[in-house]
Amino acid sequence: MKAHVIVTLKPGILDPQGEAVRQALATLDGVEVERVRVGKYIEVELGEADPSGAMTALRAMCDKLLANPVMEDYRIELVEG
Amino acid sequence: MKFAVIEFPGSNCDHDFYHAAKHALGCETRFVWHQERDLSGFDVVILPGGFSFGDYLRAGAIARFSPIMAEVARHAKRGGYVLGVCNGFQILTEAGLLPGALTLNHGRKFICADMRLRVETANSFVTRGLEKGRVITVPIAHMEGRYIADEGTLRRLNGDDRVLLRYCDGQGAVTDQANPNGAAENIAGILSEGRNVAGMMPHPERVVEKALGGEDGLLILNSILSRAA
Repeated sequence: MKAHVIVTLKPGILDPQGEAVRQALATLDGVEVERVRVGKYIEVELGEADPSGAMTALRAMCDKLLANPVMEDYRIELVEG
Repeated sequence: MKFAVIEFPGSNCDHDFYHAAKHALGCETRFVWHQERDLSGFDVVILPGGFSFGDYLRAGAIARFSPIMAEVARHAKRGGYVLGVCNGFQILTEAGLLPGALTLNHGRKFICADMRLRVETANSFVTRGLEKGRVITVPIAHMEGRYIADEGTLRRLNGDDRVLLRYCDGQGAVTDQANPNGAAENIAGILSEGRNVAGMMPHPERVVEKALGGEDGLLILNSILSRAA
């Protein structure tokens, strides 16, 4: 089982990196960019074939390491294969 | 007092702290590799600065899974002193031994500079030799030192007198201009609920003798040696 994990900063947490990217994007002609938030994308391959078992394991991974609950949210997408 | 200086792959202030504890304080001091599992006999455990595990994922996130960290947690639970500086502070928050988190400086720059710090409480093992309100000068050197915590956590830290140090100006005023990294309420260091675990972004171990440009770090480190009031 493969999974994609997307980690994003919680709303309200200042994202200096996103702001730097927004400023750079603003120099592109004809593009109006109001806000950019930069997050992380993580691919995980698991030995677990059962989707619910995989989700349980992935949630634990996110809670313990992949995301910091103080400042980040996460989303898990299971992918076949 | 016997000091343990924990070394992770990527720690780079470990020798500074060894020098400070061993030679400036005159205490028995040992390096302890992160794969070790025993801290018995040590009174003070130091998590030094650096870039443990390359700061991969988040600063401190990987280090907290090192075998020694379970023992650091046990040492803390027993009431033993734990001091995390810079990356050590980041590791302590990642490990849940201190609340909140440390993230990218609001100005996006790595800042290496002397900071004025106001002592917010004398009721701690790292500030008991100082008086509340005293301004000391200790350098910071970090990219991810912006302390953040939810409102409830900040309220508890303030209410329980667990804020150790705040960035301030030369007169001791806590202002936005004096805040180098955008930290919530200018917080530079905090204490655990049990008051025996401390984390701070500034580096006291870098200013322990005149040749290093200052001695204010000794005010903090000597506090560890002095008996509780």
